[in-house]
Amino acid sequence: MPQNHMSKAKGLQRWLVAAVTGSALLAGAVQAQAKPPECIAPAKPGGGYDLTCRLAANGLQEAKLIDEPMMVSYMPGGIGAVAYNHVTGVRDDDPNLIVAASTGAALNLALGKFGIKHKVDDVRWVGALGVDYGAVVVRKDAPWNNLDELMKALKKDPSSVVIGAGGTVGSQDWMKAALMAKADDVDPRKLRYVSFEGGGEALAALLGEHIQVFTGDLAELKPQLDSGEIRILAALSEERMGGPYADIPTAKEQGYDVEWPIWRGYYMGPDVSDEEYQAWADRLKALSETESFAKLREGRGLFPMAKFGEDFHQYVKDQVADFQQLSKEVGLTQ
Amino acid sequence: MFDFLIQGFGVALTPLNLGLAFLGALLGTLFGALPGIGPINGIAILMPLAYTLGLPAESALILLAGIYTGSEYGGRMSSILLNVPGDAGAVMTTLDGHPLAKKGLAGPALGLSAVSSFIGATVAIIGLTLFAPLLAIVAVKFGPAEFFALMIFAFASMSAMMGKDPLKTLIGAVLGVLISTVGVDSGTGVLRFTFDMPELYDGIDFVVMIIGLFAVSEILLMLEHAFRHDQDGEMAPIGRVMVKMSEVLYCKWAILRSSVIGFVIGVLPGTGASVASAVAYTTEKRISDHDNSFGTGNMRGLAAPEAANNASAAGSFVPMLTLGIPGSGTTAILLGALMLYNINPGPMMFREQPVVVGGLIASLYIGNVMLLLLNLPLAGVFARVLQVPRWLLVPSVAILAFVGVYQLHSDLMAIYLMLVIGVFGYLLRKFGFSLAPVVLGFVLGGLMEENLRRALSISGGDAGILFQSKLSIGLWIAAALVVLVPMFAGKLKAKFLPAAKAS
Repeated sequence: MPQNHMSKAKGLQRWLVAAVTGSALLAGAVQAQAKPPECIAPAKPGGGYDLTCRLAANGLQEAKLIDEPMMVSYMPGGIGAVAYNHVTGVRDDDPNLIVAASTGAALNLALGKFGIKHKVDDVRWVGALGVDYGAVVVRKDAPWNNLDELMKALKKDPSSVVIGAGGTVGSQDWMKAALMAKADDVDPRKLRYVSFEGGGEALAALLGEHIQVFTGDLAELKPQLDSGEIRILAALSEERMGGPYADIPTAKEQGYDVEWPIWRGYYMGPDVSDEEYQAWADRLKALSETESFAKLREGRGLFPMAKFGEDFHQYVKDQVADFQQLSKEVGLTQ
Repeated sequence: MFDFLIQGFGVALTPLNLGLAFLGALLGTLFGALPGIGPINGIAILMPLAYTLGLPAESALILLAGIYTGSEYGGRMSSILLNVPGDAGAVMTTLDGHPLAKKGLAGPALGLSAVSSFIGATVAIIGLTLFAPLLAIVAVKFGPAEFFALMIFAFASMSAMMGKDPLKTLIGAVLGVLISTVGVDSGTGVLRFTFDMPELYDGIDFVVMIIGLFAVSEILLMLEHAFRHDQDGEMAPIGRVMVKMSEVLYCKWAILRSSVIGFVIGVLPGTGASVASAVAYTTEKRISDHDNSFGTGNMRGLAAPEAANNASAAGSFVPMLTLGIPGSGTTAILLGALMLYNINPGPMMFREQPVVVGGLIASLYIGNVMLLLLNLPLAGVFARVLQVPRWLLVPSVAILAFVGVYQLHSDLMAIYLMLVIGVFGYLLRKFGFSLAPVVLGFVLGGLMEENLRRALSISGGDAGILFQSKLSIGLWIAAALVVLVPMFAGKLKAKFLPAAKAS
């Protein structure tokens, strides 16, 4: 009898292991059915996309523009390509879903890094809530006092200056450096460019004297600017920014026609109805006009940007076309 | 000079903040204990909650920092009990922690590792309080060339782990390095081994790798045993529950050495608990493993990585608070949390936000004591988890891990990848490979390649840059010594020992 009992228990436990393992797979297969609004950050937690989602989530909730708190979920992979695939293929008509995006996503689309078949028109670009600008940064004791001196040194010998930033060759951080070089007829491929894992590491390398120039983002650098550790030789914006940045000349003023806005915005699935799409565009627009959001945006280190709905869609489309042209010019694509 | 700390204790000792520190410690221990949910997800889950509740900045930071430090405590539990690392920093803890549990010493192992964690964290928090601004200046001197030399040193130290089968350790490490090359190449943006699957562009996620390699392979082994009816009925006996003072004293130098190693590596931006615990373990094996018992349940082999991973967690606050540069993946998220509060951590933070910085550091002291008080009695409770049969326990933990990974990726591909890696891990174990070298190769290999290429792009291809600074030369010499000394020591022993025996 006990023997029999034992083997029964064995059998049971054998099947339990299998069943339990199998049910784990099933659990994974069940898609979360989200009714509350959701924002997908196409990256791991903690990065820029996460903050872009939180900007909308916190802002919309504080301004009471949504009834239920917005859920932030993560879909890392392929520098945003996995989420792009997901929204164009699986949740193509979800009216409660927005996905965080930025200039970097537009650049990846232009370079075909989201897959050749994915085009900018495959999603509906719904609005941007803020923008930062590229900046050319050096240490406080750097030999160059302005952009012109740095550019002259680059022109003389492109490999004499070590430039670093938080992205690979072909990323938007690299594009800033490449466009600067191109503005002075220097071949971007001759630059001595070092890619780091994110702007933080690149900044550390600048402070530690491992690189000499860092092509970063303006507002992100405010703490180091305040402490006087770094100097910003040029802001890559249309015109001078106000407040603590009033003394920083643009590249344009110094004779180098380079602009690099880094917007933070959102897209929706291609089959979302016009009404739902317009509702989100209006919601984001209303949010951008509230006073509490202005504070939130400033804290996140962003300047105002007001482009919503079809307006924004066209803006992204034009930008992607521009980037395709630029990437040919700097030798990234044929 | 320590005004900020006095002010900080004033902040941290308010009832609300004390409660939050306790809550953070408790939740952190749980998040760390569950494989697949590490500090990064834990903080990502609670960050919006803290914000929605309208907590002031210092309170939110106290809660989130509690989760971070707590999870470094909690990560050891499933390492010791199940041989499945609870988070990245706890991989090395499996090596001696699990053998101890198998011997019936799960309780003392949990207790000892709690004490080592406490001491590691304490050393590091004191270091943070006293030397933060100074250390920050040194930390940025650590450039790509120095990081490369550090990785060489870490690989050289691994030769200490070779044990019975050096060739298999080497193959394991190389396999790990190979796996680390999957994804977008960080220098040029070229896709490597991605087979047109965008899911692979970012490389293989650490959690996916760990859960697959350890937990899934464990289940496969159990399935095999179950179907072959040779279930070894391996249920670890529950011996005594408390750790003895003599055991702690036996490990005291191991703990102190590893605390310092962990703190220093934690301060460096870009390296975290996994590297810290690996270097501490291999260093300690070199120094104090006289009878070759590391890997079979040596108390020092357990204490060293646990002291180091907790020390590195506190150390990674140094670059964050002084330079505004995250010292680890988790502090990167904390930086993001602060930005939601309009606080941009940076060189001015000690001056401009003394309440936040002081409150945070004070709460690290308080949270650390809480964690010890929480974890010592819990050791006895958690040791009883082993009384749950393993065929039920391990799959249950794996399910939690699956859900955790799915929650993080929202993509089934991650789960499939985990299963494939699991089968790979199962095969490795069947062929008698140890898994730790594979994981170390995976972690260190990626860092090593990136930094080598960064160093060479800085120098324009001149390898001389690798030997330019005193720091890197020192590390190269240390690496050479670590490999060469035991070889000669072995020869000397062989020469003199027979003579000694004869006489």
